[in-house]
Amino acid sequence: MIKNLKETFISGWGGYPTRKTNMVYPKNIEQIQNEIKKGDLIARGNGRAYGDSSINEKNTISMKYFDHILSFDDSSGILVVESGILLEDVINTFLPRGWFPYVTPGSKFTSIGGLIAADVHGKNHHKEGSFRNFVDWFELINSKGEIKRCSKNENSELFEWTIGGMGLTGVIIRAAIKLRPVKTCWIKQKTLVAKNIDQTLDIFEKNMNATYSVAWINSTSNKKNLGQSLIMFGEHASIEDTIKKNILHPLKSRSKKYMSIPFYFPNWFLNKKFVKLFNYIYYLIGKNSSKEKLVNWDDYFYPLDSVLEWNKIYGRKGFVQYQCVIPLNKCKEGLIELLKEIELSKASSFLSVLKRFGKQESKFSFPMEGYTLALDFPVNEKTLDLLEKLDEITLKYGGRFYLAKDARMKKEVFKKSDTRIKEYTNFRNKNDCDKNFISCQSSRLEL
Amino acid sequence: MPIIAIRIMKKHSVLILGAQSDIAKSIAKKFGENNYNLVLAAKNIDELKIQSIDLKVRYNIVVDIYEFDVLKNENYEKFIKNLKEVPSIVICAIGFMGEQKENERNSDLRTKVLRTNYEGPINIISELANIYENQGYGTIVGISSVAGDRGRSSNYIYGSAKAGFTTFLSGLRNRLAKKNVHVLTVLPGTVYTKMTLGLKLPKIFTSYPDKVASDIFKSIMKKKNIIYTMGIWRLIMMIIKLIPERIFKKLKL
Repeated sequence: MIKNLKETFISGWGGYPTRKTNMVYPKNIEQIQNEIKKGDLIARGNGRAYGDSSINEKNTISMKYFDHILSFDDSSGILVVESGILLEDVINTFLPRGWFPYVTPGSKFTSIGGLIAADVHGKNHHKEGSFRNFVDWFELINSKGEIKRCSKNENSELFEWTIGGMGLTGVIIRAAIKLRPVKTCWIKQKTLVAKNIDQTLDIFEKNMNATYSVAWINSTSNKKNLGQSLIMFGEHASIEDTIKKNILHPLKSRSKKYMSIPFYFPNWFLNKKFVKLFNYIYYLIGKNSSKEKLVNWDDYFYPLDSVLEWNKIYGRKGFVQYQCVIPLNKCKEGLIELLKEIELSKASSFLSVLKRFGKQESKFSFPMEGYTLALDFPVNEKTLDLLEKLDEITLKYGGRFYLAKDARMKKEVFKKSDTRIKEYTNFRNKNDCDKNFISCQSSRLEL
Repeated sequence: MPIIAIRIMKKHSVLILGAQSDIAKSIAKKFGENNYNLVLAAKNIDELKIQSIDLKVRYNIVVDIYEFDVLKNENYEKFIKNLKEVPSIVICAIGFMGEQKENERNSDLRTKVLRTNYEGPINIISELANIYENQGYGTIVGISSVAGDRGRSSNYIYGSAKAGFTTFLSGLRNRLAKKNVHVLTVLPGTVYTKMTLGLKLPKIFTSYPDKVASDIFKSIMKKKNIIYTMGIWRLIMMIIKLIPERIFKKLKL
């Protein structure tokens, strides 16, 4: 029997916007194929895209019950899974055996299908690229209900459009991904302090061979401190590193207690003054704490995951994430203008993250060589006004936007931002995807 | 001549009936994690196949699967006869709730609820109980429900079947306690599963399949008799049971 929940209200992780939908929970491939016959649907993994990417107002297909591991080859590190399995499950199962995902986003509560659809990047994009580079193949049900196996050599066009295609080419059901062999589950972290944007960019450029790099940027700093940041580099720790720290079982994770936010904070909680104070203290602590240390994988890659339902801190209205990328040749000017605009506005970004992207292959993925800035704001009018200004600045410098985080962009802005849209739309039209695979986001953006 | 006994390290195994339920899936993982071999039985053999592959890759254990429909009477003895060996632990996670309003009107559905939650489990467990009684060891775990503690208008048909099942387990425990056979009654409160998808559940009193599974695992090891999971449900049901009928009948529960 297929569970079918009429009239459920769902949202992305940001809690904004909320839409009414008909949630369907298929248990096998045939049930998905039947849903596709009805047309007009979108697949949903764990709902961790921030906005409305995985909501269709008629039919939203939950992949929750497709969470099985199908095989693992420990000579090549190739893992075959169903698409609804969460990254957390993969890590918990394979890290004790010495394997870790090559590319991971900032949350482990994401599904593998979602990671492919958004072609996520991690802190190592500058060196190892996006999730795509470690997808061996995947299987997808297309608009005709056929199961298509796609890889760089087989159905390669469908492969490339699906990666980063936001679920708009079909329903991904299975995937083979490559895992990275690791000796320990610890990360050697080094933190450098940058007083302004010049130093920040300089430090990134001089450390291009670090495996992981990311900057926490103080978006409330101004004038000569504009772009003040802590830049954190990471390498997988070796056995010797862990021996020095008296760690006896290098692959054993510490059992972690998760904190949970039991209720929605009031909407005014994350106001400008609080955010300014928080950012200032965070900067001071970072500046004065030890520069090199061993950090557990969970704390290093997923600091926010340790607070379950942290999105409630933003209040019932929810929050919006904003992530854009500015191409390398204009990055400094672009970033300065973005940061100035944020500082001047009355809105405040609690956590602001800057990251260097390397070169990107593939047809529709978000990254391009340059710098990407990720911000989050509580939803209110001030914020939405500011984001429109940031859109204009990004467009001016030839940048583009990350659809997995978008919840509110206007179609005009989107269309100006990306020359690849037309080709993608043509592909979708030609393959009847435009009638079958639709999300609130794709309708809003006319994608 | 001295006899050298070679002891082959054999893993314990667990039989899970209704292995496709969310709670059963979590139980299978919990036992797999603890290095038990698994024998899974459920209606849909194709889905069982995928589940067994998953468990083998995760835990490097032996997983046998059997097609089993608890509503087919002729199945019970045949099913047991077909087993390669009878595991010494059986966990019955078979259950079907349906919708109360439909159960009130549709006799086919009503019969299905009664047979799936009561008649079927009792028949299969009785057969296994006889085997355990003869061999003088074994563990029987029945997953019943707090819904069986007192009939409430919102799901008393399902509840009454579960009440029967709870009573059966209690009698069985009384019979087999002298024969070194452990019987555990599990009374879950609300749990986020396929069965309760779309229902409005009280968040702070609602558990997750993984938590229920780990409670069951611990209770088997500790040889407990009756457990509520979450534990708070013992108190909640105690209060519900204490309400005098003349008041209770007027409540909307």
